[in-house]
Amino acid sequence: MSSLEFEILVTAMTVSAACAVPGAYLVLRQMSMVADAISHTVLLGIVLAFLVVPLYGHPLMVFGASVMGVVTVLGIDLLKRTGLVREDAAIGITFPALFSLGVLLISLLARDAHLDEHMVFQGDLVYSVFQRLELADRGYGPMTLWKMAGIFLLNGALALRFHRELKIATFDPVLAATLGISPSLVHFGLVLMTSVTAVGAFDSVGSILVIGFMVVPPVTARLLTDSLARYLGLSILLGCASSLGGFWIARTVNGSVGGSISLVMGAMFVAVLLASPRRGLVADWRRRRRQRVEFAVRMLVIHLFQHRTLGPRTEENHAGHLEVHLGWSAEFSRRITELAEVRGLISRVDTHWLGLTSVGERQAEQALAG
Amino acid sequence: MQTMPPALEVNDLTVAYRDKPVLWDVDLQVPTGVLMAVVGPNGAGKTTLIKSVMGLMQAAAGSVQVFGEPAGRQQVRRIGYVPQRTSVDWDFPTSVRDVVAMGRYNRGGLWRRTDRRDAERVARALATVDMEDLADRQINELSGGQQQRVFLARALVQDADLYLMDEPFQGVDAVTEQSMVSVLRRLQEQGRTVLAVHHDLRTAPVYFDWVALLNVRLIASGPMAAAFSECNLQETFGGLAPAWANPPATTAA
Repeated sequence: MSSLEFEILVTAMTVSAACAVPGAYLVLRQMSMVADAISHTVLLGIVLAFLVVPLYGHPLMVFGASVMGVVTVLGIDLLKRTGLVREDAAIGITFPALFSLGVLLISLLARDAHLDEHMVFQGDLVYSVFQRLELADRGYGPMTLWKMAGIFLLNGALALRFHRELKIATFDPVLAATLGISPSLVHFGLVLMTSVTAVGAFDSVGSILVIGFMVVPPVTARLLTDSLARYLGLSILLGCASSLGGFWIARTVNGSVGGSISLVMGAMFVAVLLASPRRGLVADWRRRRRQRVEFAVRMLVIHLFQHRTLGPRTEENHAGHLEVHLGWSAEFSRRITELAEVRGLISRVDTHWLGLTSVGERQAEQALAG
Repeated sequence: MQTMPPALEVNDLTVAYRDKPVLWDVDLQVPTGVLMAVVGPNGAGKTTLIKSVMGLMQAAAGSVQVFGEPAGRQQVRRIGYVPQRTSVDWDFPTSVRDVVAMGRYNRGGLWRRTDRRDAERVARALATVDMEDLADRQINELSGGQQQRVFLARALVQDADLYLMDEPFQGVDAVTEQSMVSVLRRLQEQGRTVLAVHHDLRTAPVYFDWVALLNVRLIASGPMAAAFSECNLQETFGGLAPAWANPPATTAA
């Protein structure tokens, strides 16, 4: 791996880590689509800042973007509060309006190599590392890396410092308010964090994919843990791991790095959704199947118990009649009968008729007693 | 007469949603040390009353005093609030113990981490509501009654002087309800005041010693024996209540 490739990889991992911090809280607060809106509308803030100081990377851009992030969320909240528009529609109205204004302004006013529409939509990790940080004629590596490392450290420090505020304002805003923690301050603090992070990630992953970087690793992490601390850590870790995998794919196929990383994030989510030990679909499916079998064994025991007075050889306890009486398939009846026999709950009077053992009878009595 | 100011005094409180009054000129005094039930039909403004006291809703008119001082940020800290259980997202990734510990977040500033004294208080509160075995359980695995008990434990660690509870027995089974009532009694023995929205008119006179009957305006309030009369109930519920309520006034007559 060349040093340039290594820089691209480290930058990608830093971007993922920086995005995962606000993303984790956005997901918990059910604000994923708000993040999508913010990541687009910050463009307008950037362009407006660019009109004042035509220098890409100027601090005013971060300021403009932050203001626009807050304006976006205020706009969505205001629309929602009229009671005439629901939240999803409010997002769908607010963000294209502000975003398109930004796009229009770019195409009209700022025909500059560093600020074109392609970059805004997609960004480019490879291109972004060509902008170097140089101080006193010495190079210190890619600008984006420094920028995103700074944003990651800032996000991390804020999340640690305010972890109680974030937690309580997210879980129970009313209690937060009574304890003197302003839920709306926390809300807009998170909006600011999201805006700054989105702007920072603009030139490397663009406005479209950044939502994936923010949302997918936390959603995946949530399927794997129920502890808040582990959830946050895992969000960052999964983001970094996806970057590693995505980078490798992009290098192999010579394609977009940001796109490959997002793809890996999506694949990782699907894998976890299927295979997560406790919450995954496969585990759930197996649990249900096991429950179905367990319940069927109990049902068989109770069925035999209820009809035990009829005598050892009746239609009710004929192994071949379970299909009719319990509505089971022949295959399922055979399996359940075998299982109950192995467990010593039933015994065969002879080949065709089933009877309860004393263990089985006791179990039936217990089950019926509730 | 006692010189102590009442735990809660509400004067001329009117709260409206646009031009629809939710509370209409309510005057209510809650003396220190009573267990007061707030009863009334749906939409009577019971939750609104509690939220207004907490400063969570804007009043159109009126004033609220907590222990003789205007309700503000300082006074609100003397209040322990038990919200309706459905008001939070129970899928939040955290444990029972952690939710109860949130009640201690205002002690000694937010910089401070939860220390051993807090941990002991949390453990004691969990034991009080019979939840110590479930302390490390994920909150998304709790039943409705268990959720309610977690909220009660969280209010206990707040060490408040006035407790405002919004339907604390909602979704709770009979046994749990009894143990929660004994927790309320213990709060009363410690000189604390409890104001709880309560739905069951049969148990209200058993669990509480004071009552406020509310239906947008305050119909009556005072000691149970005086205020919880058939006449007042009829006025509050519009003639539906006495069929299934059993106020002490009627049984005495």
